[in-house]
Amino acid sequence: MEKFAPVKRSEDGQPVRYLIVDDSVFARKNLARMVETFGGQVIGEAGDGVSAISEYDRLTPDIVLMDITMPQMEGIEAAEKIVRAHPNARIVMVSSVGYQENIVAALQRGARHFVQKPVKPEVLYEVIKYVMRDDGTTARGAGA
Amino acid sequence: MRMDLIQPFINSADAVLAQGLQSPVSIETLSMEEEAYRRKGVAAEVFLTGEIEGRIIFDVDLEAAVQLASHLGGVEVSETDDDLVREAVCELANQIIGNAVTALNDQGFHFHVRPPTQHTSEQGSKSSEDTEALVMGFNTSSGNVFMNVALCYHGGPAVERSAVAG
Repeated sequence: MEKFAPVKRSEDGQPVRYLIVDDSVFARKNLARMVETFGGQVIGEAGDGVSAISEYDRLTPDIVLMDITMPQMEGIEAAEKIVRAHPNARIVMVSSVGYQENIVAALQRGARHFVQKPVKPEVLYEVIKYVMRDDGTTARGAGA
Repeated sequence: MRMDLIQPFINSADAVLAQGLQSPVSIETLSMEEEAYRRKGVAAEVFLTGEIEGRIIFDVDLEAAVQLASHLGGVEVSETDDDLVREAVCELANQIIGNAVTALNDQGFHFHVRPPTQHTSEQGSKSSEDTEALVMGFNTSSGNVFMNVALCYHGGPAVERSAVAG
């Protein structure tokens, strides 16, 4: 897998902490492997929207990678509920279902960005840097 | 069956498999199926609801499924890793069908996709007059991949509607 300059939290230089939400264990493992190559730390995982909300409350991660099509509660609804309770939450939707209507709905309800599956590491890396903005820094000092 | 509903599935399978495997993919067979679908290997099923309704079975030869899981997961997987192989096939189905659903929705067809489930029965439901099944066979560097698409369309002509909408 490609090498990426680690993205750290600018406030304390610690790794960016991720919550990964996807009903597929396989997809969660792949995303976890990917964000670890960005220097990130996976602090939690959830398999549906309901668990995502409780895990967010418990862990307050820096970034949530959230699938859309999931059982019990879909990702867009979960994102809306998380952002309502935590207005600064950074949620990136990661889904294979990326039609315009869906993307607009996700962004209107508080998601910061959308990445379509299959995920290209270089695309997700740029999105992470963009979403972290001033709160993130890379080792090469390229900024966020 | 309307070919404008099928083409996005062919394009999506081609693109997603080629990207995941980093090698070319070719479509080998394309046939209409009236009999109940007989599973060939490790399979996942996805249901669609809305203007387009039906189901898609994504089916991969066992050997190919193991290779796909290893390739996509970046770790060596064996035939004994049943759960991982099934999970990989489900996720691949999710990506291929999700990308096709995206293209169809952007063309003006409005429908919803359910999460993929493992398809473990030997035989699927028989297609009917309303839901003819089209079976596509793809040849990949990892082996054979099949997609059985049984859809029916309930809405008005999407192209005309979107043209009116402006």
